[in-house]
Amino acid sequence: MKVLAVSSGGGHWVELLRLLPAFEEHALHFVTVNETYVRDVPGHEFSTVRDATRWNPLGLLVVIWQVFGLVRASRPDIVVSTGAAPGVLALAIGRLFGARTIWVDSIANVDELSRSGQLAGYVADLWLTQWENLAGEGGPEYAGKVL
Amino acid sequence: MIFVTVGHQTPFDRLVRAMDSWAAMHPGTEVFAQIGHGEYEPEHMRFARWLSGEEFAAKLEACTAVVSHAGTGTIMQVLALDKPLLVLPRRAAFGETRNDHQVGTARYFEDQGVLMAADDEDTLPARIEALAAWQPERGISDTASAELIERLRRFVNDTKTA
Repeated sequence: MKVLAVSSGGGHWVELLRLLPAFEEHALHFVTVNETYVRDVPGHEFSTVRDATRWNPLGLLVVIWQVFGLVRASRPDIVVSTGAAPGVLALAIGRLFGARTIWVDSIANVDELSRSGQLAGYVADLWLTQWENLAGEGGPEYAGKVL
Repeated sequence: MIFVTVGHQTPFDRLVRAMDSWAAMHPGTEVFAQIGHGEYEPEHMRFARWLSGEEFAAKLEACTAVVSHAGTGTIMQVLALDKPLLVLPRRAAFGETRNDHQVGTARYFEDQGVLMAADDEDTLPARIEALAAWQPERGISDTASAELIERLRRFVNDTKTA
């Protein structure tokens, strides 16, 4: 199967890398925002998109366009993301193309779900938080942490 | 060498200023800081605004301890090398982040016994003194918890048969 693994920079990327043992038998295509990260995942398909947040509507339009192109070309069976904005967009667009989707909200969000994590609830088939106190009915599921 | 890093997003002058003051009072200790696009330029420690991934890794390897913001990326990279780590959480009230999530992050990791946290810049100096002798209670794993990996695998397998 093909897995599209999407994240922003910094902690989001470090957290994504820690999930990889779950996907090791599958073809991974990484999508992130920093070209130097390619060194962390040698031998895998790797693409970058513009780094935009929800505070930058024009930038988001560019990211939507870029992610749309990548998903259309890649046709993943699964899209997984640890955030933030580009990840939610990838989940939403992945679904349009028939992928099943996973959101793992960052461990940084201890007291409340991130905004992108809340939005991900609408487009994630598996919607996870790393905090038991944030899980529950109508919300995300807790299934452990990235460490 | 103490390695100070504020991560690669918004500035964190409060930490840079506090560490520069500390460096001024401790000329015998080498301090190197990555300061991002902060306005304050240190006078008593060497600094760079940005470091490439390789430069960052080299500083981490070479240092004896790290003082940083409470970003999860930085925290996990430092802990993976078993280096003593002191974090100062960014605060929304000072425009350092959009919310106070780093306070919760710092509290969680400190409760786990894997790092030290300072509440504010005033308590930072005393904690740096303690950092030299501090040993983490345990290291962290190289990957996500077995529970999380298993949950993801189950989802992948369900997808296969769907």
